[in-house]
Amino acid sequence: MANLKAIRIRITSFKSTRQITSAMKMVSAAKLRKAQDKIVRLRPYAIKLHELLIDVSLSLADSEVENIYGRVASPEKVLIVVVTSNRGLCGAFNTNVINETRRVISEEYADQLRKGNLSLLTIGKKGFDYFRKQKIKMLPEQNNLFNDLTFENVTIIAEQIMSSFALSEYDRVVLIYNQFKNAAVQNLTNEVFLPVETVPSGKIITTPTDYIYEPDKEEIIQELIPKSLKIQFYKAVLDSFVAEHGARMTAMHKATDNATALIRDMTLQYNKARQATITNQILEVVSGAEALKG
Amino acid sequence: MKIEIITPDKRIFEGEIKSVRVPGKKGSFQVLKDHAPIISTLENGPVRMIDQGDKEIIYEISGGVIEVKANKIILLADSVS
Repeated sequence: MANLKAIRIRITSFKSTRQITSAMKMVSAAKLRKAQDKIVRLRPYAIKLHELLIDVSLSLADSEVENIYGRVASPEKVLIVVVTSNRGLCGAFNTNVINETRRVISEEYADQLRKGNLSLLTIGKKGFDYFRKQKIKMLPEQNNLFNDLTFENVTIIAEQIMSSFALSEYDRVVLIYNQFKNAAVQNLTNEVFLPVETVPSGKIITTPTDYIYEPDKEEIIQELIPKSLKIQFYKAVLDSFVAEHGARMTAMHKATDNATALIRDMTLQYNKARQATITNQILEVVSGAEALKG
Repeated sequence: MKIEIITPDKRIFEGEIKSVRVPGKKGSFQVLKDHAPIISTLENGPVRMIDQGDKEIIYEISGGVIEVKANKIILLADSVS
């Protein structure tokens, strides 16, 4: 049986670890709530914009619109946007994204990688640190984005990507990120950001309202498409941000539970050891007295 | 008329108004009750609303879209200051 002092020291260290993990859990819970608010506030805008886009594109014949973001070409030059977190201690959050990215690269874009036509844009330090060591072309990382996550800041990056696409620097842009479902569950998402479909296919066609269009349909579409792309990009980054806090909260919650279980086990061991020493001491006293009597 | 002013970051305004004047791409225009359905892109400029109590409410927006349909106005602004 381990000695008493060693066990006591271990219990103390478990307790302080538990304190840290439970504090981190509280912090993540608070940040999660704040970040979730942002998503909730974005939702009405995103939905309305989408409705408008459908309304306008329904009243347009496909051929009328010239859409620079809809250029479909065989994906010779590919950009993968990988959204991870800046900090660790959030369970499998970052590992999932990194593994998926590696899978996508090796299964779908191996040719492009060999020809050096595959670029990576990492948002978040964890992904950057991982892929920096690989032989992949990296765009300047965007790790500071999470420090001040606003629509304006995200839009700057989205615009850069969109203009690169418009200039044919890329034929396809893919987003890989964790989508927030609830605090415990993240959906790993892999979606094509560009090229974009003008008209959402398979929609039920309602009779379009007879709108007056100002200046005209084409120009409105030209303005709405980039808007909705920016929103999509912002939503992806925001989703990942919220999911990160959810993942960390869950991870820290589990860590706290584990620490509690360990402390219970160790306390039991400690008490057993204490009992054993006391029994020993009594035995010694009693047998000492017996010897004296003899 | 019901109006909603929404930006990506938050819902700026929601409520009943009598009229609204917006900075359209082809020039500023006013929307009164029973306006024909319209979709228009907006420029930077002021949105002036007259509410039920004849008070004027002004928001400065930078770009956006407006949709008017059956006395319901939805104004999606890029940002509001």
